Amino acid sequence: MEQLIYLDNAATTAVAPEVLEAMLPFFCEHYGNPSAIYSFASESKAAVDKARTVIANAIGAKNEEIYFTAGGSESDNWALKATAEAYASKGKHIITTKIEHHAILHTAQWLEQNGYEVTYLDVDADGRVNPADVEAAIRPDTILISVMAANNEIGTIEPLKEIGAIAKAHSVLFHTDAVQAFGHIPLDVDEMGIDMLSASGHKINGPKGIGFLYIRRGVKIRNFVHGGAQERNRRAGTHNVPGIVGMGKATELAIANMKETAEYETQLRDYLISRVLEEIPHAVLHGSKEYRLPNNANFGFRFIEGESMLILLDQNGICASSGSACTSGSLDPSHVLLAIGIPHERAHGSLRITISRETTREQIDFTIENLKKIIVRLRSMSPLYEDYVKKNA
Amino acid sequence: MYSEKVMDHFNNPRNVGEMENPSGVGTVGNAKCGDIMRMYLDIDDQGVIQEAKFKTFGCGAAVATSSMATELVKGKTVQEAMTVTNRAVMEALDGLPPVKVHCSLLAEEAIHAALWDYSEKTGTQIEGLQKPVNDIGEKEEAPEEEY
Repeated sequence: MEQLIYLDNAATTAVAPEVLEAMLPFFCEHYGNPSAIYSFASESKAAVDKARTVIANAIGAKNEEIYFTAGGSESDNWALKATAEAYASKGKHIITTKIEHHAILHTAQWLEQNGYEVTYLDVDADGRVNPADVEAAIRPDTILISVMAANNEIGTIEPLKEIGAIAKAHSVLFHTDAVQAFGHIPLDVDEMGIDMLSASGHKINGPKGIGFLYIRRGVKIRNFVHGGAQERNRRAGTHNVPGIVGMGKATELAIANMKETAEYETQLRDYLISRVLEEIPHAVLHGSKEYRLPNNANFGFRFIEGESMLILLDQNGICASSGSACTSGSLDPSHVLLAIGIPHERAHGSLRITISRETTREQIDFTIENLKKIIVRLRSMSPLYEDYVKKNA
Repeated sequence: MYSEKVMDHFNNPRNVGEMENPSGVGTVGNAKCGDIMRMYLDIDDQGVIQEAKFKTFGCGAAVATSSMATELVKGKTVQEAMTVTNRAVMEALDGLPPVKVHCSLLAEEAIHAALWDYSEKTGTQIEGLQKPVNDIGEKEEAPEEEY
């Protein structure tokens, strides 16, 4: 298979050539530690400052509110654990949702084991959180609301602005995991009432191992990594200068091309969705039609299992992902699909396709043709399909 | 992550299909866990398995273990078929990743379920055979919804 069709851009993306080019001088040439005094380090320091400004501008924040981290998971861990600690005297209740990424869910569970109470909100069949449910869950001891900006599996975009307004009205902090949304859809921390925001570089054609946490000025938050005085004493560790530069460049490109990219992806995504639903029997779209990330499609195919589908797609050079248990290393299928009411057996047959601006219509056509054959083949082997055919004969 | 043999049996599964009037048929597994295997056996008057067929809903390992299990039981007597354990299936496939070991257990159960059906129908005693757990979870499914 000489051709690679990469349709797993929610997992990670290729580093853009411009991003790599921007990063390269900071490995061997300008390798100075930005914290150093000598002038040799000034290039590194300036590059970190510049990236910070680009990122701050991208979400309507101030430079000093951007804290670089090693990625989305660290940002999520930091936001939850450090807020919980800093506000423990006010209360020990946190509100989040059932469809968060594990970086939030497992951190919340850890907090539960350490004396905090967590409310996990339900979502509707599209995966949307009802802002009224958020409001109803607020208690006098609630210290934090954490709702993702957009879901990584089904691409559903959450009503951040409404939730932010509710959080503000009740004086509760509002954190959003924007790992899938940052650089893909417009985000503005003031307009949306966001107090903390997590994002990652490698989801937007930046490098892996770099991310940031936006922390609104005035929010009490303890430092998470102890050590040196980097990041205003809140996140120790020598700056990952090439990573920060790469994240800055990736952000600059994502913001400059956002409208155009979103239009292109949305059109291709909708073409994919309509062809799959029309041409493949017993197929459904998971997630919202209206509030959906431009690059995400998530399907359910009855009577078949996701991992088998992925292996056969892979043999045709197509990279995609599934919410099947077999791909998660546990016996449970995706918690997101279960939360939107998809039964276990159907959740096993899910397929997530996440495109990019590099994805072509020809690649999508090739994928659909392969998918059709694969599904016919797997159904011909499926006892569930056999039963269905016999029942409806 | 899979051995070449597993991939071979996944890509070219042996004995996929259904059987009219099988001597024994059994379905095991649970759609909730993501694996269901159905095995059909054609057994002659001497108690020798002449033909084995399967259908499987499941991952690559589930398909491969079903395929291998049908290959291993063919030509064996019903008693000999009891030696086709999950370990035997795994070994014949050059091993499975740890998270996939349950697939081979399911293959063993599918053989036992089909043999149990045969033994019930014919009154044949098979030493060591116990009633398999027939938990395919489909009954718990909500009313059929068309899509």
